[in-house]
Amino acid sequence: MRYNKGELLSLARQPAEKAAEILMRVPKKGSVLKKRLVKLVVNFLFYFRTDEAEPIGALLLEHCRITKEEENVFSISFLEDPERKYCFECASEEQCQEWIEALKRASYEFMRRSLIFYRNEIQKMTGKDPLEQYGISEEARFQL
Amino acid sequence: MKLNERSLAFYATCNSPADNSGFLYKRGERHTAYHRRWFVLKGNMLFYFEERESREPVGVIVLEGCNVELCESAEEFTFAIRFGGAKSRTYVLAAETQAAMESWVKSLSRASFDYMRLMVRELEKQLEEMRWGMAGGYGGSQGPVGSWKPKALGPEQLPERLPALPAILPKENSCAVWYNVPGADRPSDTSGCSGHDSEENPRPPPVPPRRRASSSEVGSARAATVESSPTFYQLHEQYGRQVAELRQEWLERR
Repeated sequence: MRYNKGELLSLARQPAEKAAEILMRVPKKGSVLKKRLVKLVVNFLFYFRTDEAEPIGALLLEHCRITKEEENVFSISFLEDPERKYCFECASEEQCQEWIEALKRASYEFMRRSLIFYRNEIQKMTGKDPLEQYGISEEARFQL
Repeated sequence: MKLNERSLAFYATCNSPADNSGFLYKRGERHTAYHRRWFVLKGNMLFYFEERESREPVGVIVLEGCNVELCESAEEFTFAIRFGGAKSRTYVLAAETQAAMESWVKSLSRASFDYMRLMVRELEKQLEEMRWGMAGGYGGSQGPVGSWKPKALGPEQLPERLPALPAILPKENSCAVWYNVPGADRPSDTSGCSGHDSEENPRPPPVPPRRRASSSEVGSARAATVESSPTFYQLHEQYGRQVAELRQEWLERR
């Protein structure tokens, strides 16, 4: 699949919502945990070899499942193949929970559901559509 | 750089609703010929397929940070997706009608994750302002947002405030949002009668009873538009806590 690599690399260099050195294992036969710089930017999770400027890879975090595994460990898997897991071993249980929470909220789809929820709540309370002033009430992406 | 292509393809073709879709002509990178492709916009990802029935996209354009502009071109209804970088590529697309072009330009220019996040925060802020305004008339008219929100509201703090969203949205969720508001967890700040405001959470002291009565007229006017019982429950809890606080304070002072 072709993609605009330049823009994705540029995204990877932007300030991250969350970044840390975490042990990571990709779902490939025989792969082991390796120390990676893991960086969350919008709905992408980039992972770098420490001290390298360009990421080894990027995961688009849509339609994914974040699962707490054993202690300090969480995994990311995708809907089309839930057994194929990217595993992350954190330094502490606290760090693990923080990443799980952050990643669960890192998808565009989650943002969209939040927006629809708030829009609905405000509409219930005021009888007015809060998106109307922005002229975007009819946009497909904001519909229930 | 590896991309989880299989998951991307799944996202592109699964039955989650697209934000826009349709045929567009895409100008080639080197050759200026246009190729008709089936485009599907989901979130901040613009996928394009060779045919509408194709099982996998030919490619995807990550739209984060892009600008969408109309084009001066011999072709009708052209527009461009531009990025900021030095070596970045500009995608020139052409729609088949004026209406289609306008629809695409609109949806593409609002497709970024950042934009969506901004809207969510804006509405979240509005909702919480409204709830505070209703609860005790605490300078509701002045918009106390700045006074009770934690100062640096980074994305890390956002998780505390956003409720978990079930498929059906029960009223209990609005309670959850309410109790997750930092102010609600630190009721000691509300007994500002003693004149002490904590530094990290400066909030105006509770309005004295007389003024509260008049502002509660406003409050009750607003409350009249809300019949939902959690709102009453929230008010009940809030006032109950204040009373308990004041009573405690008085007992300690004796």
